[in-house]
Amino acid sequence: MRRLNLYALTFRLPIIIWQTLFFIGPLIFVVAMSFFVVRNFQMVETFEFDSWKRMLSRDFVWDAYVYTVLMAGSAAILASLIAFPAAYCLAFQTSARTRQIAILLLIIPFFTSYLVRTFSWYTILAEAGVLNGAVGLVGLGPYTLLNTYVGTLIGYLTLVMPLVLILQTVTMANIDDRLIQAARNLGCSPARTIWTVILPAGKTGFVIAALFAFILSFGDFVAPFYLGGSNPPTLPILIIDTTKAGQQWPRAAVVAVIMMVTLFVIAFSAIMYAYRKRASR
Amino acid sequence: MTLFLRTWLCLVAGFIFLPIFVSMLFSFNEARFPTLPLTGFTTGWYEAIFSDPDFWRSAKNSLIVSTTTAVIATFLGFCTAYTDYRYSFRGKSLFLAIILLPPTIPLIIIALAMLAWFSRVGMSGQVVSIIAAHTVLTAPFAMAIIRLRLSQIDESLEAAAWNLGASEWRAMREVILPFCKPAILSSLFLTAAVSFDEFTVSWFVSGLNKTLPVHVLEIVQGTIDPQVNAIGTLVFGVSITLVVISQALIFFRLQKAST
Repeated sequence: MRRLNLYALTFRLPIIIWQTLFFIGPLIFVVAMSFFVVRNFQMVETFEFDSWKRMLSRDFVWDAYVYTVLMAGSAAILASLIAFPAAYCLAFQTSARTRQIAILLLIIPFFTSYLVRTFSWYTILAEAGVLNGAVGLVGLGPYTLLNTYVGTLIGYLTLVMPLVLILQTVTMANIDDRLIQAARNLGCSPARTIWTVILPAGKTGFVIAALFAFILSFGDFVAPFYLGGSNPPTLPILIIDTTKAGQQWPRAAVVAVIMMVTLFVIAFSAIMYAYRKRASR
Repeated sequence: MTLFLRTWLCLVAGFIFLPIFVSMLFSFNEARFPTLPLTGFTTGWYEAIFSDPDFWRSAKNSLIVSTTTAVIATFLGFCTAYTDYRYSFRGKSLFLAIILLPPTIPLIIIALAMLAWFSRVGMSGQVVSIIAAHTVLTAPFAMAIIRLRLSQIDESLEAAAWNLGASEWRAMREVILPFCKPAILSSLFLTAAVSFDEFTVSWFVSGLNKTLPVHVLEIVQGTIDPQVNAIGTLVFGVSITLVVISQALIFFRLQKAST
């Protein structure tokens, strides 16, 4: 083994120190904080299960938990289903050049403020908003979309759709063309080609895209807050409420730890599934 | 079939770009509450934000935060990319994990963790706290861009410099750094753009030193105010310029490398 010299350390140490101070440190601290207690409006650093007992025994926490998982799951599935035909079109029915331009265009939303886009949806979906104004011209509506789960879902999809579309397009464009040609030559219908060739060949990419959609939606507070009206609240909204409204940081930390564990389990299972080789026959 | 797919693609693209378009459109619309039909052209919302001292204060903070973040994050990203490119050692995957993991953790959790940690170590509510948090969030992007560039280098170049008597430091300065220059520039712009838009962590740790997105968040919490559309359009202009420069730098270099 090569001995460590000053040169090598110069490129390693800053990272280790910086990330320990500003990433690992905070994360460990938030776990520790979930065992602290608040006495006389002061956080006391101890090791007690007060906040855990309190949060886990409350129905609203569990309701929020189930609701958040269901909504983020729906967003991941919906985004995957809606993006698929569009990604299919980009991957197989356009030239490489068009695809490159399309992907560049799809990067644009990442650099427009998600807040502004959400605000924009708010004005579009409102009772007297753009959408109802438009359908009102032909005598329909008005429809109530804000402060319902539909609003939340639209917000989540706004957040994740560009990413899912890009990942799916890249996944499908990288599938070996000869596989698809072979399926065609052997008389597969397009639907069967998708089912027996494209989906298995691109499994990793599709699962990773859906996983990212889940992670992003699961942690987002903007869509459920502004478009869903916090009705019912999701876990990120619980964190904000307990942190900003009161001094109950340990309780917020409990929610954060629950979220991290959930995400870890889901991400781990998804990645195991995505990379699992099919059993040889 | 093809027609259906094309239409579907257009619909999805429409869904993605509709809010951006609507926000730009209504930043020039007179009526306070945005609806159809349009009421008339105005630049009043832009005048309103330009005469708002809060806007200028937060814009200044955003500028400081995003430029400083860009420099530090790019440095961290470069160090990690170079270490990954050149060395293999025990615990390397752990080393890479501590810099690459942040984007997979929800911002709201990072925000809470940073808030608690900074108040514990007495760093809360300052501009430097936002910068520290943002460097952690954006360094992975810098690492990815620079690592991509390093994978194109001919490995014997650096070794040749050593053989010709250059020290490791000199080889770094005269071989590696010039080769990575476009990626480093590109990373500066990209990390600045990401930092410029981030609001969750900034909102939690900024205290009174709010950044532009936090300013927007506060307006949105209050009322329906088309100022948000105007700020959004301005910020969009800034971010997209940064991204286009960043993309162009990568793009032209790749073309050059392939010819």
